[in-house]
Amino acid sequence: MSATTSTDEFIKGLWRENPVFVQVLGMCPVLAVSNTAENALAMGLATAFVLIMSNLLVSALRSFIPKQVRIACYILIIATFVTITDYAIQAISVELHKSLGAFISLIVVNCLILSRAEAFASKNTLGKSLMDALGMGAGFLFALFCLGAVREILGNGTLFGLALFPDNFESWIVMILPAGGFFTLAAWLLIFNAINERRGTS
Amino acid sequence: MPNALSKTLRISTSPHVVRGLGTEVIMRNVVYAMIPVAAFAVYAFGLNALVVLAISVLSCVITEHYLCRWSNKESTVSDWSAVITGLLLGLTLPPSFPLWMAFAGGVIAIALGKFTFGGLGYNVFNPALVGRAVLQAAFPVAMTTWSPAFIEGRFSHVSSSLFTLPFMSPTVDGITGATPLAALKFEQVSTGTTDLALGLISGSTGETCGVLIILGGLYLIIRKMMNWRIPVAILGTVYILSGLFHLINPVVYPTPMFMLFSGGLMLGAMFMATDMVGSPITNLGVLIYGVVIGVLVVVIRLWGGLPEGVMFAILIGNALSNHIDHLIRPKAYGTA
Repeated sequence: MSATTSTDEFIKGLWRENPVFVQVLGMCPVLAVSNTAENALAMGLATAFVLIMSNLLVSALRSFIPKQVRIACYILIIATFVTITDYAIQAISVELHKSLGAFISLIVVNCLILSRAEAFASKNTLGKSLMDALGMGAGFLFALFCLGAVREILGNGTLFGLALFPDNFESWIVMILPAGGFFTLAAWLLIFNAINERRGTS
Repeated sequence: MPNALSKTLRISTSPHVVRGLGTEVIMRNVVYAMIPVAAFAVYAFGLNALVVLAISVLSCVITEHYLCRWSNKESTVSDWSAVITGLLLGLTLPPSFPLWMAFAGGVIAIALGKFTFGGLGYNVFNPALVGRAVLQAAFPVAMTTWSPAFIEGRFSHVSSSLFTLPFMSPTVDGITGATPLAALKFEQVSTGTTDLALGLISGSTGETCGVLIILGGLYLIIRKMMNWRIPVAILGTVYILSGLFHLINPVVYPTPMFMLFSGGLMLGAMFMATDMVGSPITNLGVLIYGVVIGVLVVVIRLWGGLPEGVMFAILIGNALSNHIDHLIRPKAYGTA
């Protein structure tokens, strides 16, 4: 019984309630740092890590946190893990840290993480919260990668820095500009909704 | 509207119902009005312009047809609106533009500019300009590689850059020429007004011959298929505003006639800003809309980073037109 429900929690985040394609949460990093697949993947992993750790801690402390100051406590917990992530990325690759820029610190105010803490982790057991965070984190990572891959392939002709086309490929410069983020997100939303609609009707 | 009033009060025997002009009739006449402009483009730029125009029209029509079918609607290709979008898009492209990009532009214009908003009558922005804006942002180099007009052998020889393979960059033939606006902005060289008005310059396929565009516009105005206030307001604003700046400092600012006949202003004011869906519905609203576009054109051209600003000015005007209508709506008597 409990095994099936935790798989459900995982699938829910990955597909049925995908944070980007269905809930449309945390749009700031989705649009801003999805210009290459590498940036998108790094951002997705960082967010997923913070989400998992903060969900676990919030769920573990849920009976100790006073209701009146809960948001402040969540922010404090999230900010701790964001700081850890920030330094970890800096240690791994300064270049990556530069290209992600302020968006690493901005994970603190990612509404996806706050909404999972408030709506799920503060009301559910440790195991369920972990599965929920894993699912949501994986869903966010998947969505960011979808955007980043399309934008990098069209905007640069590469994927993870590897050239996919002959040398004289004409890059669609608009795709690595902010406007390209909106176009790609809209296209993915269209595809995602079309798939879900077709499934629902059949 | 005294005209409408006299129509409704007309006393006569039956039948009383008068058939208005259908979409198809108006659209067909707009195409007629643009044929001389397109013909001159082909005359000036040769086969290159012909192929670019044909491909952009074709891609718009095909996209329209398939999207209609896909959304289970009757195909609206026969109302000529997709042909107009294609022609307008083609007329704003450089003559030796790679055909795959022109095709992509047509697909984007119809799919993104028209069908995502719900098709004809619901498009917030002029579809041709949406297509061009995306092309401009995606391929800035190809969009500003102008081949000069009236080159030798333009009717027997097609530029090799046209047949660039899809997703590949074009190879430049070697002959390129700056447009009058680019020459003014980046090299401080001015071009004579007569050359501009007659279209003896390099530029996009259709933005060269001002006189023919005015004639096409006059035809539509005389047949009452276009609101004359829009082009008059835009061109008047540009003329007066740039005239003022020219009076203040003739060395830095170009003459008002240069402003009127250079770039895409004529084409934009006559055929793009007058799009019935994207412009306000009242006569006062239309005047405000025209003035806003005119001011934006002058501001972008004189102080902006780009040499030409007609496209963005009209797109911003389109975005504002709904709000203009809303702002000038008269209050019903007796309400707060």
